Amino acid sequence: MNEEERVEEKREERVLVVPGESIVSGEDYLPGDWTKREGKDIVSNRYGLAEKSGRLVKIIPLSGIYMPRAGNVVIGTVTDVTFNGWIMDINAPYSGFLPLSETPRFINKEEIQSFIDIGEIVVAKVDAVKGKGVDLTIKIRGLGKKEDGMLVKVNHSKVPRIIGREGSMINLIKQETGCDIIVGQNGLVWIKGNSVDEELFAKKSIEEITRRSFVAGLTEQMEKWFKENKGK
Amino acid sequence: MSKYTKRFDGRKFDETRKIKIELDIIPNADGSALFAFGDTIAMAAVYGPKQLHPQHMQNPSKGILRVKYDMMSFSVTERKKPGPNRRGMEISKVSEWALADIVDLDSFPNTVVDVHIMIPQANASTRVAGLNAAVLALARAGVPMKEMAAAVSIGKMDKTLVVDVIKEEEDYEEGEGATDIAFCFGSRSKKVLLTQLDGKISPAELKEAMKLGEQACSKIYEMLKDALKKGVEK
Amino acid sequence: METSEITKKRIADFLKEGKRFDGRKLLEYRNLSIELGVSNKAEGSARVKLGKTDVMVGVKMDVMEPYRDSPNEGVLSAGAELTQMASERVESGPPGFDAIEVGRLMDRGVRESHFIDFEKLCIKEGEKVWTVMIDFYSVNDDGSLIDAASIGAVAALMNAKMPKYDEKKEVVEFGEWTTKKLPLSKSVPVTMTFYKIGSKIVLDPTREEEDASTAKLTLTLVEEDGKKSINASQKGNEAGLTMKEMEEIFDIAEKEYDNLLAKFEKAYSEAEKAKD
Repeated sequence: MNEEERVEEKREERVLVVPGESIVSGEDYLPGDWTKREGKDIVSNRYGLAEKSGRLVKIIPLSGIYMPRAGNVVIGTVTDVTFNGWIMDINAPYSGFLPLSETPRFINKEEIQSFIDIGEIVVAKVDAVKGKGVDLTIKIRGLGKKEDGMLVKVNHSKVPRIIGREGSMINLIKQETGCDIIVGQNGLVWIKGNSVDEELFAKKSIEEITRRSFVAGLTEQMEKWFKENKGK
Repeated sequence: MSKYTKRFDGRKFDETRKIKIELDIIPNADGSALFAFGDTIAMAAVYGPKQLHPQHMQNPSKGILRVKYDMMSFSVTERKKPGPNRRGMEISKVSEWALADIVDLDSFPNTVVDVHIMIPQANASTRVAGLNAAVLALARAGVPMKEMAAAVSIGKMDKTLVVDVIKEEEDYEEGEGATDIAFCFGSRSKKVLLTQLDGKISPAELKEAMKLGEQACSKIYEMLKDALKKGVEK
Repeated sequence: METSEITKKRIADFLKEGKRFDGRKLLEYRNLSIELGVSNKAEGSARVKLGKTDVMVGVKMDVMEPYRDSPNEGVLSAGAELTQMASERVESGPPGFDAIEVGRLMDRGVRESHFIDFEKLCIKEGEKVWTVMIDFYSVNDDGSLIDAASIGAVAALMNAKMPKYDEKKEVVEFGEWTTKKLPLSKSVPVTMTFYKIGSKIVLDPTREEEDASTAKLTLTLVEEDGKKSINASQKGNEAGLTMKEMEEIFDIAEKEYDNLLAKFEKAYSEAEKAKD
């Protein structure tokens, strides 16, 4: 069974439910993500796909705001500069905070704004998620401010399709367009190419993938799409 | 014997007007929907959960819900002057109370979910149409909810109880005149999340009206659920 | 979410090569569709979609005393609401300048082009005249609200039917209409807002493109007896426009008037067919 067939099989086990709907009934089941036990029933708290793995019942949301998780790579815009770091809009319910201590080299307080200014784009990693905000870091290689290129916004639930299993889709895009691409788990994608045409091509391919995200065999379909659309 | 024996538009007493549902009508919103009872049309857009400013309005234990309802000036025969009015503010608040009971924002402290309801065309029953549109939009936006909800208007024209009131019925003056009642029920809990009434009705009749409302809302809930299940592609 | 600085710069870079994110030419309008009679309580109404931008415009009428300096003319008023439903950038509270701007430009376009024959809206000189009230609401904001509003206003006016007026009681019978249309000119006013992005001029920007723009110029044109005239103009936003850029825009406007008018007429006639 290849990747697409496995995905297809899993899909058959999932049922689309609405909030308040009973997914299963029985004392044996355990309520997982976005579900609650009400008497005998495991009830959905979210609009999404109900999935049963053994005794655990959970909902895979089809929509909804991005929820930051530790380890996620996110792309954000700096909205404010404080005395000890940068506040960023990361397209989530909470803003991200990048402390001075989490930069790759020592930055002293006078350099803060010249290092990263308000309105600039930063690729960062989520360190920790707290009640009021999200802690970020740019200490790892590949992270940091992006001074060129452009940002494309997609629904964050499409990100797994844009990356593909083990990066198969994102590598295909990079190969076919010649662009440098970083995909944030929060639905923001940074693209930089050697020409306007390359960047436009990459942007179009990402929009195509999000349009077809529910299809099986998407990587093969996109290989075809790239061949058909190259040089247009 | 009640004077209201036949409805103005020929419907059965427990029949709603034709219901129309459209999802995702506003691309900018996190969730949106249109819900219509015949020619009463409501549009709803949901934004959030997102950070709430100013800080002093934040609730550190859970997210808050804000609902705003307004009618477009040309939605009614006598133009409604643009801008907030008392009726709109009242409907916004009772709708907010209804929806706050079904959303679950415990996992989103310090945030806000904004629901905006607008009426482009009105033929009575606008607040209940608005609530149905809002419930669809909230679900579509992925806002966690304990259950869904459905709303309907029940009328008493003289002594006759009807489901889904139109303006002509609201203006009925024969016998005991018109009593206009709005109900919103939780889909699972069957709790009354919203009710308002204008007119004259006995407690016994009101109990009847409530039962009628619950039955109608069950049917409406099934339609909301169907629409959400069909509209998977986003 | 606000458009990032790097994306704004990219939009300007792309334009230098004559390219836009959605593949349009610089002076090309997005797909235009019109729906008429979207509110059956309005005297006239239209829903206009320009790409993803979605707006509703309605016309309501009433009878009142005329203004003292025009005793035999009807009255026009127009306003706009940028709804919170259409964009999360809109803050709650009274209309901000953005909304006022859309309302006033929509008003000016109709008023200065003499699209409505106000003298025909006089019932009794000095005492009773019709007032026409145009209201705009945004449903989804993806840029170009001024032009969408202007298209919507013209469509709603063309769609409008006069309400019944009881001459004896001297009151409007709201909710009852005649088959009579509003007294309108055959020359349709066309409003185009030109946006400067980097060093290039574009028409019908998306929200992202509007964010990247530094100046704009709105022009309303009308053609009568084969001659085009500009009836209203307003320059907006902070950056200045050189005289060369202004002249370039005037030239473009004369040419593009025909294109946009044709686009409008096609969309309007399709809307009329759909209604029947």
